[in-house]
Amino acid sequence: MKIQVNGEDRDVRADTLQALLEELGYGAARVATAVDGDFVPAGRRGTRPVTVGCAVEIVAPMQGG
Amino acid sequence: MTVYGETLRSRLLLGTAQYPSPDVLADAVRASGAEIVTVSLRREGAASRAGQSFWSLIQGLGVRVLPNTAGCHGVREAVTTAQMAREVFGTDWVKLEVIGESDTLQPDVFGLVEAARILTDDGFKVFPYCTEDLVVAERLLRAGCEVLMPWGAPIGSGRGLNNVWGLRALRAHFPEVPLVVDAGIGLPSHAAAAMELGYDAVLLNSAVSQAGDPVAMARAFRLAIEAGLAGRLADPMEARDMATPSTPTLGQAILA
Repeated sequence: MKIQVNGEDRDVRADTLQALLEELGYGAARVATAVDGDFVPAGRRGTRPVTVGCAVEIVAPMQGG
Repeated sequence: MTVYGETLRSRLLLGTAQYPSPDVLADAVRASGAEIVTVSLRREGAASRAGQSFWSLIQGLGVRVLPNTAGCHGVREAVTTAQMAREVFGTDWVKLEVIGESDTLQPDVFGLVEAARILTDDGFKVFPYCTEDLVVAERLLRAGCEVLMPWGAPIGSGRGLNNVWGLRALRAHFPEVPLVVDAGIGLPSHAAAAMELGYDAVLLNSAVSQAGDPVAMARAFRLAIEAGLAGRLADPMEARDMATPSTPTLGQAILA
């Protein structure tokens, strides 16, 4: 299934956000997620479907001003 | 200074971006005495995991974090970023930036007020990056903000306090509201001037991180902010247009 992850085209097998994070190798990393511009809390990743063409954002702490 | 029920000793809030190295960042934070540092969110690669090591560094400093929504140009984008930041950083504090113009990074004050209302309704404690406009300030307070952070000058410009009159008017208009000059500071004297105007704190980043010696500059800002605050509390004299002799004239010998 073709989706976008952090702006890049990816071909993935996962059908939920939680499965996607595991497939991509994020493991226990401290990240936050959004799908198609909507925040998806960590507790809802297991039930949040990943569908063809969706845009997933995976972000983490970074330096800021 | 008390903000959202938290009492802070340091009046310096320090940004964490653009330091020469993580070690210099850590040393600069310690030298600044800051209790709050600003942080951000960016895309994380599964392989690089840059964010994980940064987070470990910040946790080791024992400071409170204030996540920003830097780079957001719309309300929805800023709200989603704030929601992600709350989960990642474990705080409901957010430095709300909604940028309206790319050259000056001037806030979109209309979007800012709307986003502030949405976020305060959702339980966030919003620190809005705003202008010195009195009406916008009033709207932000009505939206639930308990602190205001007007710019001194455009972000990263180092120009200091561009509109001293406007900043003074804002201070006079809202004497009880915690006010923080955020952005545009270049020199310790700019920060001292903000404190002398009666501002409660100063938020800066580039002035320290872009200095030749960031750690020494962090210390310089700590001292300048302490000096500005002490001067303010000491009740400064009024400025005059004409000279007044400070040495007493009574008893002066007549020699001419």
